[in-house]
Amino acid sequence: MSDESYWFKPPPRARELPMAPVRDEPPPVEITIDGRVLFASSNATILEVCRSIGIDTPTLCYLENLTPVNVCRVCVVELAGSRTLVPACSRRVEAGMVILTDSPRVRLSRRMVLEFLGSSVDLSTAPQAKGYLARYEAAPTRYGPPAPPANARDAREPGHHHAPEGNTSETVAQPTKIDNDLYVRDYSKCILCFKCVEACGTDAQNTFAITVAGRGFDARISTELNVPLPDSACVYCGNCIGVCPTGALMFKSEYDMRKAGTWNEPAQTQTDTICSYCGVGCTLTLHVQDNTIVKVTSPMDVSVTQGHLCIKGRFGFEHVQNRHDEPK
Amino acid sequence: MGGGTNSYQEIEETDAILLWGSNARETHPIFFHHLLKGVHSGAKLYAIDPRRTSSAQWADSWLGLDIGSDIALANAVGREIIAAGLQHKEFIGHATTGFEEYKRAVEPYTLEYAERETGVPANVIREMAHTYAKAKTGMICWTLGITEHHNAVDNVLSLVNLALLTGKVGRYACGLNPLRGQNNVQGGGDMGALPDRLPGFQHVEVDEYRQKFEKHWGTTIPPKRGKNLTQMFEAMATKELRGLYVIGENPLQSEADQHHAKRMLEGLDLMIVQDIFLTRTAELAHVVLPAAAAWCESEGTVTNSERRVQRVRKAMEPPKGARDDIGILFELAKRMGRDWGVPNAETIWNELRVLSPVHAGMSYARLEAAKGLQWPCYDEAHPGELFLHSRLWEQPLTGPRVAFNPVEHDPPVEKLTPEYPFRLTTGRRLSDYNTGVQTAGYDSPLRRRESLDLCPEDAERLGVCEGEVVSVSSRRGTVDVAVRVDDSLRPGMTFMTLHFQDEVATNFLTIDATDPKSGTAEFKAAAVRVERRG
Amino acid sequence: MDLHFHGPDPTPEERAAVDSVLGPAVSAWAGGVRDLNTEGHSTRLGGHEARSRRDLLLPALHAAQNRFGWVPPGAMKYICRRLFVPPAEAHGVATFYHLYSVTPRPLAVVHVCDDIACRIVGGEALCEQLEESHGHDMNAPWRRSPCLGQCERAPAALVIAAGEVLRAGSFTLRNAEGVSAALANPAAQEDVSLDALRRSTPQFGTPGLRLIQRIGRVDPQSLEAYRATRGYEALRKAVALGAEAVIREVTVSKLMGRGGAAFPTGRKWDAVAKAPVRPHYLVCNADESEPGTFKDRLVMEGDPFALVEGMTIAGFATASEKGYLYIRGEYPLAAQRMQSAIDTARAAGLLGKNVMGVNFAFDIEIRRGAGAYICGEETALFNSIEGKRGEPRNKPPFPVHVGLFGKPTAINNVETLVNVPLIIREGGEAFAGIGTSGSTGPKLFCVSGHVERSGLYELPFGPTLRDVISLAGGVRGGKPIRAILLGGAAGVFVGPDKLDMPLTFEGTRAAGATLGSGVIMVFDESVDLADILGRIAGFFRDESCGQCVPCRVGTVRQEELLQRLRAGAPIGSYEAEIALFKEIAQVMRDASICGLGQTAANAIESALITLNPVPRNGSRS
Repeated sequence: MSDESYWFKPPPRARELPMAPVRDEPPPVEITIDGRVLFASSNATILEVCRSIGIDTPTLCYLENLTPVNVCRVCVVELAGSRTLVPACSRRVEAGMVILTDSPRVRLSRRMVLEFLGSSVDLSTAPQAKGYLARYEAAPTRYGPPAPPANARDAREPGHHHAPEGNTSETVAQPTKIDNDLYVRDYSKCILCFKCVEACGTDAQNTFAITVAGRGFDARISTELNVPLPDSACVYCGNCIGVCPTGALMFKSEYDMRKAGTWNEPAQTQTDTICSYCGVGCTLTLHVQDNTIVKVTSPMDVSVTQGHLCIKGRFGFEHVQNRHDEPK
Repeated sequence: MGGGTNSYQEIEETDAILLWGSNARETHPIFFHHLLKGVHSGAKLYAIDPRRTSSAQWADSWLGLDIGSDIALANAVGREIIAAGLQHKEFIGHATTGFEEYKRAVEPYTLEYAERETGVPANVIREMAHTYAKAKTGMICWTLGITEHHNAVDNVLSLVNLALLTGKVGRYACGLNPLRGQNNVQGGGDMGALPDRLPGFQHVEVDEYRQKFEKHWGTTIPPKRGKNLTQMFEAMATKELRGLYVIGENPLQSEADQHHAKRMLEGLDLMIVQDIFLTRTAELAHVVLPAAAAWCESEGTVTNSERRVQRVRKAMEPPKGARDDIGILFELAKRMGRDWGVPNAETIWNELRVLSPVHAGMSYARLEAAKGLQWPCYDEAHPGELFLHSRLWEQPLTGPRVAFNPVEHDPPVEKLTPEYPFRLTTGRRLSDYNTGVQTAGYDSPLRRRESLDLCPEDAERLGVCEGEVVSVSSRRGTVDVAVRVDDSLRPGMTFMTLHFQDEVATNFLTIDATDPKSGTAEFKAAAVRVERRG
Repeated sequence: MDLHFHGPDPTPEERAAVDSVLGPAVSAWAGGVRDLNTEGHSTRLGGHEARSRRDLLLPALHAAQNRFGWVPPGAMKYICRRLFVPPAEAHGVATFYHLYSVTPRPLAVVHVCDDIACRIVGGEALCEQLEESHGHDMNAPWRRSPCLGQCERAPAALVIAAGEVLRAGSFTLRNAEGVSAALANPAAQEDVSLDALRRSTPQFGTPGLRLIQRIGRVDPQSLEAYRATRGYEALRKAVALGAEAVIREVTVSKLMGRGGAAFPTGRKWDAVAKAPVRPHYLVCNADESEPGTFKDRLVMEGDPFALVEGMTIAGFATASEKGYLYIRGEYPLAAQRMQSAIDTARAAGLLGKNVMGVNFAFDIEIRRGAGAYICGEETALFNSIEGKRGEPRNKPPFPVHVGLFGKPTAINNVETLVNVPLIIREGGEAFAGIGTSGSTGPKLFCVSGHVERSGLYELPFGPTLRDVISLAGGVRGGKPIRAILLGGAAGVFVGPDKLDMPLTFEGTRAAGATLGSGVIMVFDESVDLADILGRIAGFFRDESCGQCVPCRVGTVRQEELLQRLRAGAPIGSYEAEIALFKEIAQVMRDASICGLGQTAANAIESALITLNPVPRNGSRS
């Protein structure tokens, strides 16, 4: 700039630290959780307060970087005065709340929700959900043997359905969708937590390639008119996979390795580094097995990415290992 | 100090966003997530871009100016703000100099003049000027649409003037933010990889700074600034520059006017290339030093567009024979007779902290714990600065006033002629990156290979259809490329990327007219001719 | 926003159909013709303003559906371009509502009700015949429908014939040939005479009626006739009283919501009136879909100005400038009559900028449902108006704070709102004197099933169940009562031992039952109760939005369990199945997001426990 001294010398240090405007914090409110009386911010959800005092509340559709949709209902707690149980993930605390997180009613609902999921969805790649099933002694087999896989779930229309016999329990089993080189979508494993739709939508990517289509038990994640991903709006950011809690959405690399029996999670290291592409500076967590990157994720607690990446960060690592194949 | 003035979180809370010469939706996708949070919270978005890009499609108003008319537009915005009395008089009086001069300079830039020069309707320019000036907070962000011009620095200054005029700098959610195109452009500058700077933006021509480094390093440092990239190529032409050591660059393909670049590089007495690949440039080199990938095979730091210094870590072993950059440099030093000891990224970083006041507080331990810190960070108790220039609002003012820098509109160097009637501009697409050296490694379902993007009207006029291969020529070269019809363009404009240089060498076409102040080439504005083949 | 479009471009007909509701496209960026003179260098399309028209998605989809009998992909693409709605989201919306189809369908389709009130008077048998005669795949010109809200004239059907002019009408389906007749002449099916209204309101001519006295008597299309029967007296008085006083009167009247939840209307209005956030909205819930319920339909068909007046008073009291009337897609005549009344009122200065010549602006816009029971849930209804899938929202926040378009909203049922002119005219105290102390005012009852005279009845709160059934002529053929369904599919079954239960909020509550929406459906001993329960289970499985696990899967497991019991093939034992059923019922009641899931097991559970519909050996009762 024209002022030479300014150009040659860095500007002096400000006397005060630049700060974000301070927002009014509502006064803390007194609540009771499982008999413990405590104060909490009324901006906090019941789940946040529970976690802060070490109460392990199960969640499936909740994720720190997404807007709570409170649909899985596995986090429900009992609130004195409320006719129904309330979802801990989205309900904010209010003065005087008396909350039970492990009452028989709570345990029953959580167990039933897990049984419903366990009896209708393939949870084989959802260790977290399986852990909850064991914890709540859920018995998903008591609804009878699973019905054979359905072929045309994507074509189901809202309205009347064919009445079941009742001798088998209906599931969401259906063929796996493999229509591109980067993602595999196995909706037999989908618990319809909405996370992928949120990540593809306003919570992160804003691409809106997928949505929930259909209604009731026939509701499913779908592109427009169920077109293959390459014909859809998908930009392969992988953020849907990043948030999927059950492995219904999986990187093709992981899917192939699992199929080949070479996926070995205990043998993998996870290292945080920074993406080598544009100047935004996204933290990548490189999952490395046998000196090969097998998966890329991003931590949710990093302000830059909040867990989300783009196609280059997520998949653009191959050039590094292509060098490994050809000795120089 | 050069760096984005704001943090990403601020764009989530600002009221007005001027996204100028940037298709951040595709080139900085995760920044765009933050930007869209702001939009969803009600921020007005203005996209100033010749193309109606995927970013511009989100805008409340798209200003599709003619290529290279940015200053005409910015000055008209400034003039309109002053004419409407919307300038921040208190801030101007308190913290700036040269307002009257600026006011006089922008006086000819009426809305009508700007409409003529830029193509953007006067009422649209006026509306943006008023919204930006009246908004409580506002941010201007730009990318290479501003800087890849022969008058890049002037372009930037024209935007800086707007922020000064409206007092939109030095406050939360107000500021000026260049979005860095490569992962460590910011960090390279921070570390003194500029011809005139020592680490920490300390000017080499200021004795006090230079002597500090000389003392610490026990050596003498040339007291005058070196050459920027453009000047280096000029020096190659005159044989003043005979040897080149290239680290992690592919100038043969990334420089404008590729034929010229190739001649220059071939004429060197010695070229050493240190890279993770045997790039086209490396193929010309006399010595190639295979390097470890900096971002996953070695330790260190990078700095992002919000000035956040972040750790990169070794996640895997490099291929046999490849070495960490630091290791190579240490080894070279040893061969030259200086033993720098065991190469260690943290040791080097700590040396920087001693020499660069703005990095002094950033220990590795703190960088780990805080997941990155933003400079300036003066000591270990300092949290790093969320946004820059807050001093300008302090009473009394801390430090010197900031000057308005009047600049004049200066259209692209290469004029359109009957022989070369089309304006070619270049940019990136979402799944690819620069010359494609890295992105060629993975299969993107989005990749469409190279194309010459034309508007439907031009395609019709030329009688070419989607997918047809045509010849594109500039005064410097010719390439064959398939046509893609794109309605985000208007007649006279064409668009290509630099991603597939091995297939379509776009840089045969681009012009190496460069900005004398920054050395950046005018990648955004060449004149070309499009012809059907056969 | 940067949208990605795929698939065929719209045909001129498809454009025209969509343009008929959205107006012509102004820009190439919104599906129109490219004009570089106006948009080559600048456009304002894509930002907040362009994205703010999402609420027109359902009207636009209706336009395509009504023109082509389905929503062709070209039309869908054009709608998305026009409204800046991502195609995937539009697909999600279109596949949520069963009156839309995204695959080709015949232009004309007869929707035949096989729901509980219809199936016991031949509806199910008709459907089985039609399956034989007309097939039952996607090309069949008929399809099964959940309750069409015409239980008083069961078995019911609705014909919808798409085309350049939409023709639709409801009618009693006497035999399978009726379907062919309806397809041949869709416009002539509905009886639009005053006589038809009289047949549906058997009390016609009885003195002392307050809510339905005009139905069948007064020309529903005539503002003069409405005025001549004390119409608009209340609005005049309300405007003179002022908003606060209106709310006071409504509060004093102790008017409780008639949609099923029985929330005090005065409190709701007061909260909205006092909400600092603007604008406020008034929404009238006319998505009457609870099986067995048809009262709101008859009010809208027979006395539409009463609802317009009630809504206008509500808008005045709550400081709302805009009222939305959400009418279920299956009510073509009601929608037509309401539209006519609204247009007439507007022309007379009773809606619009200066209602009644004073400084009060209020207007009403009709929005049509598209086949989704869940949209009767208030927050699902908001989402539907906003152009989204009808998925209920979690509460809190409640609509009075965060309602339609995120703004403070008063949402009331049709019956609730037509009580309002009465309250204002007669005064809140007088109104409170009608009925009992806990349940004030007159109440509409939808009596159907095995009674002599099905229809809509009005009585002050407080008669016994026996009183109402007697008023309807008692059980058809004098047969003994097997069961009575109160409150619809979301209500409960009671046995004949409950005939002396007083029909008040407090009386039904004390008996472990519910008044719900006023459904009284009577089943004599001929009925296969297990079949009725099976249909109710199927209904909830069909109508669950699918959002939350307890309801989405619970309704499936409930139906499967019921079928096992009916087949006499329990897993384990009958007792084990009953125990499992109770657990399924409890998780649905306790953990579902909305009232649908919370009540989806009520009717079935009440029958299983008290009425022994499925004997332990599994054979039918």
